[in-house]
This record gives sequence, C-alpha cells and structure tokens, in this order.
Amino acid sequence: MTEEPRAGQALAGEGGPEAAAVTPAARLAAYVQAGGVIVPVLTALLAFLIAGLVIFVTGHNPFSTYKAIFNGTGLNWVFPWISSDDRTTAALNLQQTLIITAPLILTGLAVAFAFRCGLFNIGGQGQYFVGTYAAVWVGSSFADMPKLPHILLAIVAATVAGAVWAGIAGVLKATVGAHEVISTIMLNWVAFWVGSYLFALHGPLQNTDPAQQSVPVSNEVAASAKLPVFWGDPELQGLHVGIFIALAAVLVFWVILNRSTTGYEVRAVGLNPEAARYGGISVGRNYILVMAVCGAFAGLAGSMDILGWEFHVATNDIPVSQVGFLGIAVALLGRNTASGTAVAALLFGALLSGTSQRNLDPAIFEPELASNLTTIIQGLVVLIVSADVIVLTLVRRGRGIFRRRGAAPLAAKEVEAA
Amino acid sequence: MSAAVATASPARAIEPRHAGWGGIGLGLIAWFIALPPALVRTPLPSIVIGVLAVAAGAWALGGGERKLGWGAIVAGIAGAAGAVASTKSGVGNLKDVVTWSALIAATLRYATPLVFGALGGIVSERSGIVNVGLEGMMLTGAFFGIFGADLLDSWFLGLLVGMAAGAVLAFVHAFFSINLRADQVVSGMAINFLALGVTGYIFLDHYGDQGTPDNVARVPDVSLPVVKDIPFVGDAIGKASLLTWIALIGVVALAVFLFRTPRGLRLRSVGEHPRAAETVGISVTRTRYVAVIASGALAAMGGAYLSIGFVGSFNQNMTAGRGFIALAAVIFGNWRPGGALAAALLFGFSSALAQRLPTFSPSGAVLFQALPYVLTLIAVAGVIGRSRPPAAAGQPYVKE
Repeated sequence: MTEEPRAGQALAGEGGPEAAAVTPAARLAAYVQAGGVIVPVLTALLAFLIAGLVIFVTGHNPFSTYKAIFNGTGLNWVFPWISSDDRTTAALNLQQTLIITAPLILTGLAVAFAFRCGLFNIGGQGQYFVGTYAAVWVGSSFADMPKLPHILLAIVAATVAGAVWAGIAGVLKATVGAHEVISTIMLNWVAFWVGSYLFALHGPLQNTDPAQQSVPVSNEVAASAKLPVFWGDPELQGLHVGIFIALAAVLVFWVILNRSTTGYEVRAVGLNPEAARYGGISVGRNYILVMAVCGAFAGLAGSMDILGWEFHVATNDIPVSQVGFLGIAVALLGRNTASGTAVAALLFGALLSGTSQRNLDPAIFEPELASNLTTIIQGLVVLIVSADVIVLTLVRRGRGIFRRRGAAPLAAKEVEAA
Repeated sequence: MSAAVATASPARAIEPRHAGWGGIGLGLIAWFIALPPALVRTPLPSIVIGVLAVAAGAWALGGGERKLGWGAIVAGIAGAAGAVASTKSGVGNLKDVVTWSALIAATLRYATPLVFGALGGIVSERSGIVNVGLEGMMLTGAFFGIFGADLLDSWFLGLLVGMAAGAVLAFVHAFFSINLRADQVVSGMAINFLALGVTGYIFLDHYGDQGTPDNVARVPDVSLPVVKDIPFVGDAIGKASLLTWIALIGVVALAVFLFRTPRGLRLRSVGEHPRAAETVGISVTRTRYVAVIASGALAAMGGAYLSIGFVGSFNQNMTAGRGFIALAAVIFGNWRPGGALAAALLFGFSSALAQRLPTFSPSGAVLFQALPYVLTLIAVAGVIGRSRPPAAAGQPYVKE
C-alpha cells in the first residue's frame, strides 16, 4: 500500500502529520489527470438529472421546465432556424446570459487560482462585495473625468480593494497559520455588514440625491464610468464589454499559471507545500500573493457588475448576491483550469439568466422556484465534485476507454498495489 | 488584585496574571459606572479607573503576561473612552439602550441558536469531521421545523421533523466525508447550497407568496418558579423559551460527555488520532457517523428555535449567517462547550445591543453586526491565545 502511485497517494489521506500535506490541489490534480472533459460533463448531467427528479416529484414537468429555462438563456440564438421574433427575444436573453457569465468567470478564477496553490478561497463573495463598493464609490465620484480614465480608475480601485481584502487572509495564513477557510468565511460576513452599513440610511456612502433620502442605496455611477455596450440597446441592459475583460482574465490566469515562474511556484506549493519549501520556494510569500491575485479577480468581477449594468449598490441586493459563492461551483466544475472555468461559468450564467424573473416564462415554471433550482444544481455539482473517489474508481475501471498518454505505467503500478 | 497593590511593590505580592485580569475588570467597571443604573454623569471617576486599568496592564506586561497585559491596557482605554462617550449622550437614550435585564434576556434569545449550532459543530469536529455545513443544517431545521409543526399541528413533532431533516442532511455530509473521502470543506459548502435551494424550493412550492401561516404551534416559554419573582434576575432570566433552557443544559451535558465519560474520550480520540483509536478497537467510521448525524440534529434544533421558537415564521435563507457565527463560536471557544457558550453569549450580546443601538446611530448599529466575525478573525490570528482544532479534523481516514 505504501508504494501507491501519486494519484492514489493523494487520496489515501493517512491520519498523522504527513496527511496534512494532502491538499485539495493535490487531490484535484489527481482528478484532472484522471477525468479529462468527460467527468465534468457527467457531473453536470447527473446534477441536472437529480434536479429534474425534484421538479418531477413536486408535480411539474421536467422536460418543459428545462426547455423553458433553455429558451430563457437565449442560447437558442445560435440555432439558424430560429425565426425573426423569437430571434429578437433570444438575442436579448443571450445578452443577459453573457452579462452574468462575465463576473462568474472572474469569481470562478478567484476560487480556482487558490485551489491551484492548495488554498480554498471561500471568500470570493466578500472580495466581490468590496469590489462593488470600491467601483460604485469611484464610479459615482469624479463625474467630470474623461471616459476611459474614469472606467480604468474604477476598475483598478475595485481590483485593489478585492486584493487587499483577500490579502488579509493570505497574510494570516502565511504569518500565524490561520486557516484560510475560516478567515475568508469571516471576511465575507465583515464585507457583507460593512456594505450594509456604508449604503444604509444615513450611512456614509448613502446617495446624496434629495429625492432618495429614504432609500438605502448608493449614488448612481456617472455616465463617464459606465462600460460601453456593444450588443443591444444600452437602455435595455445590452451586453457590455465586461465579457471581453473576463476572457482576457482567463488568458492572464492561464499565462501566470502555466507560463511563468510564479505559476510554477504556485503549482508546486499547491501540490506539496513541504516539498516546495524544501526546494527553496517561499511558501508564505506564495500564499499571500495567491490570495491577493484571487481577490483581484473577484474584485474585478464586482466592478464588471457595477460599471456594466447595476450602476449602484442597494443594501437590499447585498443579501441576495450569490456570484462569489457560485464561483466555487464554477471553479470545481471547471477543474480549476482556465478554459474549464470559462465553460463552467457559461453554464451557470445560462442557468441564472434562464431561471430569472425576466427571462423564464412564468406560465411554465415559476421563476422564483426556478432560481432555487439553480441553487440546488449548484449544491449537487459541488457535492459530486467533492467525492473525487467515485470518479477515480470509475476511471480506474474504465481506463481502457479513457486511456491517456503517460497513464499506462501508472495503471500498471496500481494493479501491483491492488 | 487592585492596581494600587500592583504598583506598590515589585515583590511578588501579586501575580502579573492576576494584575492583568484585574486590569481588564477595571476597564469594564470604568465604563459600567457611566451606564444605567449607576449613571455617573462626570467622566472623571471613569478616567481614573481607566488609568488604573492601564497601569495594571503595564505591570502585567512587565511581568511577562503579554496577552493579558495588552488586554488590560485595551480594556482600560476602551472603558474610559466609552464612559466619556456615555456621559456626553443623553440620559434618556442611555436608558433606552442599556436596560440590563432586557439586554440579558435578549442576549439569551439571540445566543440560543448559536449555542445549538456550536454544540453541533463541536461534536462533529471533535470526531474529526470539519463541518462548515452548519449553516445549511440550521436552515434545514428552521424550515422543516415549521413545516412539520404546521402539518402535524404540534411544536414537538415539528421539532422532531426539523431535527430529522437536519440529521438526513448531516448523513449526506457524513457519507461523502467518510465513505467517499470527500474534501470536507467542499462537501460542507455543498450542504449549504443544497439546503438553501431545497428549503427555498419547498417553501415556495408549498406556501407560495402567502408565507407560513400565523397560527403555527410554537415552542412554549418556561418560567423558573422562584427565580422569576426576584426583582432584577427575574426580568433577565426568569422566563425563556424551553429550547433556551435545553441549550444551556446541553452545554453542560456535552462537556460532561466529552471530558468525563469513556464514550466522550473515544469520540475525542477518533478526532485526534484515528489510527490509534482503531488499534484499540474503536470503530472510527461508526463514531464519526454518529457524531456528524448528532451534529446535524443539534444544528437543526437551533434552526427550529428560530422558526418555531423565536420568530414564528419562515422566510428564505432565514438563518442569514447564524450557522457561520456558530462555527465562529466553536473556534472562538477552542472546541470546548463552555468556551463556545461564552462565545455564543458574547455574540448574542452584540446582536442584542445592535437591536437597540439605532437610538444613537441607525447605520452604526448595522456595522456592529460584523463584530462576531471581526472578533473571530482576531482570535484565529492568535492574538487571544492559540485556538487549536482536533489534530485529525479534515483528514479522511482509511482503514488499513
């Protein structure tokens, strides 16, 4: 048993001090090696299947429900046979889907980057929040600035705010060894209440509009800080350029991780911090850096929503926001890779917009009910991904089918071990 | 104990440790005398006492008690500053906010769900299974508690239904963490999402826009026979929900179970060193299953208290982070029932105060709600003593 290969080792999880080195990254690395693209697809299908059962058991028709949700996503726009009227609706819906996908990509990256360094960043939601606060503050101030510098300033402010917020958890981890799961959970709630305070009635950042003094909402973002809309009507929440910024971030993520020394160190720490330390890598420095980068992604996500379509922060919207938490499901389903995260974000973005009040046909399925369905699917995806053992077992059994280059000696060793 | 003695002689007439605690006490007194019922309206006495507290802290620091010393210095400064602020604000406002008996009663109300959640967290984590799904288990208990009470027309059966639902959710967490060796934090977060989705779904599907009915059976309040007639004490702790009393008894019961019984020792050994426990014939798998399921039932009880004890209705995501505060209480209380109770009372007190602070500043009262989380951050940063989780918490166990 002790001679088990690395994929198996990552799962063995012996009790005792050595076991502490089995990081989520190491487990998931085994998972990535094993699964390829088939496992995430199966995971999503299984989650949709179970959610379909929930729909069925509660007396609705899963097929028509899923069809209505699909039409709500606007993804049917890509079908050439969609006629002109439906096509207009589909385009509007697809714009919504992509608007939601942009921040999801970024919060997904915020979780994925931490995972690759062996850290679990549950704090995406809080980092997203401080990003929105910074963006709305900068975006609604300095109204006489020219357009491009104003947008850049607001984006940078949000990114830095997120980086600092997450950096707190990184510093605590690196200096006193405080577990990042606990500190990021706590930071989420601090960010939550700080926002509820800032924009509350008589709060320091409540709006200055005399007509809105009884409304707990921030000032509106100035026209000069709004992201340009390139598809659809800006008055009807057309698609803003945020999706390109998010895709650029995916590229940055991939380059940092796979083509830079920093990325090499990050991955080394993620797979085995002790070995990395022995190899001369400063583990603590990497923890701080990685958390700050994660926070930067999530903070950027906040600015996309504020400068792209929300244009203000209302205290009523804060408890409802799930973008940061959805990032966990996005990253896990995307196997913490750049491209995987982008695809998973599109899936969840489509689900969110397909089940929204605005896009889902209430005659077929109640949108409020459907948004809970999204949460159920999110939970199922995370749950299924957490059980990497199932997948590895399946893959071991099916190795003949899923054989990958370089996997053969691994398999041979495992047969010996078993 | 007093600072006068502390500054009198460098000989070990008094331990630095005691001076530190004394300083912290003086800091509290400095503020206390400026509040009702004492209501000293001049800041001078408070400032003098605050200075004494700082002096005691400095003495303790000199004696090598770093944390206590700094604690006393902070308490002295904060106490004096608070007292100065209090003397500057109106008597009417102060009396509105600080009515000790009402504050204590409210503290108990707010602390009850946290205590249940924290007890659940301790049981699970002491057995070696990290439980960040407390929030979800609580939410499940809250919904199914009122759902059961409504359908079966009995608060007791509702409570049982709620606990059973929490236990089922905990079983899922146990199965994934133990049998499938899932990452326990990931699985716990999945539990939270699932609970949020499932309770919201069934709630809307069954109750629609009307919400839960007004006349749902509620957990009764219980008055203590003699205590309720004592003037001040009676108002504070004379009458509380049955579940509040059960929570307090539960703290004692769990402390005795964990640290005074063989089964408790076995539970802890599984969480500290599962291999050693297995070697002496304890089933790690079985112990952990029982612990996690009990944890879910306990957390669900806290949730049911919210819906059928405290509020009398349910709305989507009604726990609103209380499960995470309970988790904070576990850590803050160093994985001990007594410590968790103290933390839950502290957090409950801050909630109770936050309800009354709007008299002074409506938005400031909101910020006050962040206090439990900030305190926990400070605690995990190691400022207030090191909190140490069970050694094997979070590690899947594989039988040899």
